[in-house]
Amino acid sequence: MIGSAIIFYSLGLLSLVSGFLAVTTRRIFRAAIYLLFSLIGIAGIYFWLQYEFIAAVQIVVYVGGIVVLIIFSIFLTQQSGEKLPAPSPRALIVACFAAVFGLALVAVQVFSYDFKGSEGKRIEPTIANIGSQMLDTKSTGYALPFEVVSILLLAAMIACIVIAMRMPKQENAL
Amino acid sequence: MQPGLYHLLFISTALFFIGVFGFLTRRNLVTMLMSVELILNSVNLNFIAFNKWLWPQNLDGVFFSIFIIAIAAAEAAVAIAIIINLYRTHHSIEVDKAEELKY
Repeated sequence: MIGSAIIFYSLGLLSLVSGFLAVTTRRIFRAAIYLLFSLIGIAGIYFWLQYEFIAAVQIVVYVGGIVVLIIFSIFLTQQSGEKLPAPSPRALIVACFAAVFGLALVAVQVFSYDFKGSEGKRIEPTIANIGSQMLDTKSTGYALPFEVVSILLLAAMIACIVIAMRMPKQENAL
Repeated sequence: MQPGLYHLLFISTALFFIGVFGFLTRRNLVTMLMSVELILNSVNLNFIAFNKWLWPQNLDGVFFSIFIIAIAAAEAAVAIAIIINLYRTHHSIEVDKAEELKY
């Protein structure tokens, strides 16, 4: 029991500390690497909660996909070795106020509310259960959102290609 | 102390406001995108925590998380396409440099 608690707190600490470093470090490549560790920590929390499918999806999509995409876009758009400019003091103060007061407000609300769970037979989040409900067409199934998300992903991929494609003849307006 | 719902909610709240802080202070589009990813992850953590402790007889939280992850992937891809296009026209991805539509 105590070992499991230690694992949970170290995973939470890993994701929070590396998330904080990812938004404050002034070297952009290090920010991407800190973001990677933060996402791995969150995937570890999913493993700790025994939601293995979500953890696997998190690692495949975020760690394997989005972070690699971000690192490639850093390579394409940044001069290496240059530090990011420090944020202006005004922006820093406003952001600190927004984050601290928002955190305090939400934390007070969350900790003063007594969450009541619903009773019922627990469904284990196994891949078989998730898959059969995902593709179910009955009232509890998620077949329609699944199809909508598929079309959204297709549209987004086509849009990415169109946006990032260099037009051969068109002159730059700027 | 055995971790429960409130510990997870605290982690996700803190992660959300770390993302908000980064979004407000950064002026570089790639780092702003990273902050948005942190915010989306904290929301996913919330859905999974509620599904595990408060609503275990359904898998709705899992499905919301899966759909959020899929939409976040689409969003990141479109954002990076826009960033690369912006770099081509402005040779910079600072948000302050792209101000033709200002005023």
